[in-house]
Amino acid sequence: MTLAYDELCRRTRDRDRSLREKVMSLEEAAAFVPDGASVGIGGSTLSRTPMAMIWALIRAGRKDLLCCRSITSSEGELLLASGTSRHILTSWFSQGIVWGVSRVMRLYTESNRARFEEWSHLAVGLRFRAGAMGVPFLPMRSMMGSDLIGRLPDTRQIDCPFTGEKLVLVPALNPDVALIHVQRCDAYGNAQIDGLPFMDLDLALAANRVILTTERIVSNDQIRRSPDHTKIPFLAVDAVVEVPFGSAPHECYGLYEPLFKHLDSYAAQIRQDPDQGCKDYLERYFYGPKSWTEYLSLLGLDELLDGSRRGRSIYDD
Amino acid sequence: MTTDPAACTASELLAVISARLLREGQVVFAGVGIPLLAATLAQRLYAPGLTILFEGGVIGAFIEPGKLPPSTNEQRCTRRANMVLGSTEVLLLLQRGYVDVGFMGGAQIDQYGNLNSSFIGTPDRPATRLPGTGGGNDIASLTQMIVAMKHEKRRFVKRVDFVTSPGFLWGGDTRREAGLTAGGMFRVVTDLGLLGFDEGTKRMKLLALHPCVTADQVQEKTGFQLLMDADLPVIDPPTENELAVLRHLDPERLYTA
Repeated sequence: MTLAYDELCRRTRDRDRSLREKVMSLEEAAAFVPDGASVGIGGSTLSRTPMAMIWALIRAGRKDLLCCRSITSSEGELLLASGTSRHILTSWFSQGIVWGVSRVMRLYTESNRARFEEWSHLAVGLRFRAGAMGVPFLPMRSMMGSDLIGRLPDTRQIDCPFTGEKLVLVPALNPDVALIHVQRCDAYGNAQIDGLPFMDLDLALAANRVILTTERIVSNDQIRRSPDHTKIPFLAVDAVVEVPFGSAPHECYGLYEPLFKHLDSYAAQIRQDPDQGCKDYLERYFYGPKSWTEYLSLLGLDELLDGSRRGRSIYDD
Repeated sequence: MTTDPAACTASELLAVISARLLREGQVVFAGVGIPLLAATLAQRLYAPGLTILFEGGVIGAFIEPGKLPPSTNEQRCTRRANMVLGSTEVLLLLQRGYVDVGFMGGAQIDQYGNLNSSFIGTPDRPATRLPGTGGGNDIASLTQMIVAMKHEKRRFVKRVDFVTSPGFLWGGDTRREAGLTAGGMFRVVTDLGLLGFDEGTKRMKLLALHPCVTADQVQEKTGFQLLMDADLPVIDPPTENELAVLRHLDPERLYTA
């Protein structure tokens, strides 16, 4: 994934970076992600997860995606259980601490049916940053002395040429495609993010293609009225898909919090039988619905309204 | 007024005692669960000027009662904070030296304070694959650490199965020699007592006991020989006020059941 610089630049030059409309459907955007692609997933844990795009990729039957994310939650379980991915690169992988250790993650990784490649959280961030900077690596001061590093052959330890101090070098991560969910963007892909940005700016610039899903598409005029809120520039974006509640049942800052009741019942279902429980869940919520709207109606209006009420309360005094 | 120690859960005891270790004016990097709760409790009771950082990208968080976040990456973590920023940026504050204390829970710890949250058993064929480091390795590598965990023999082992987050590695100067020149383990808070680390050997040392707990009982529940002085102080049990504030923060017992 650490490309030679010439190749990295060639891939960027070959993209149409002009100010053009790139609005499409989830299904059309899924075509940007071939089998075997490395995929950077935006947001973190339960926040701004590009769930709708993951939903579309699972439905499209994608195979062998290498999925890279700062912290991985239930979307990682669904990527494994659906056979969409057998390799998750992340710093932490479980549905969330309140639900205990993920039985699905355990089922797949302990039997070596899938690989959970573990890097420290900062290491994942600096790998995306190196990718965004167009340099092959960055130095850092954690991970040294731990057993993490022994399982990561792509790292190097050096003595700093200036100070003589020990440092670890982590390689750039330039995913083939990034999936990022935002609150709003225009038809060109100028994306405005409210709240926690996580690693999404670096991820967008590191990736060789970017699919944006957005709660709503706004006019370019509206973007131009507050360009200081634009976090991802159109020239890095290849596809824009409007999907309301596109992170559900996870949260999207200022709009909806996680749908806790749904996540609790999901956790209960997979705790009983991680294999069948997860497959049943996929059948009901991922393969069954005809559309994203039908998926949302399965989540239920009560849950969506409750999540929205809590989500918007962040702006209350 | 103090309470009967049996009147609170082990998690509540950990949160209260951990909170007392934090000082006014400190910058604390807190993980989710007991650390988040303890840091918030300290902020309410003793250290209003405590600055809490979350790895999701928050500086100066102020958690609202009954609205504890399920991780440090949700919008609830940003409530009344001074700043939200990228997760790489907030982690870099550790590397830049802005953080006084890192504060987290642990699945398994050894006599040199190394923490394992990755594998129980051998990594290639683990008995249990755990969720992993998250920011734990970065926090433990770059700042002084407080760890809160239940005191059980299977958790306090001579050598962790896997060093996810470094303590003093093999003791002595081995941490520094590995390149980790900042930070290190400071305190381990358990439901049996308070532990620290010997200055020279960096081995774990029992510093104080909860009421009605003996040093023998602590040793019995520890998988390695603990250092300890002959006379150990007894920790004041949680006060009614501490427990009341804690229960107000976590009325649903999300982290203190």
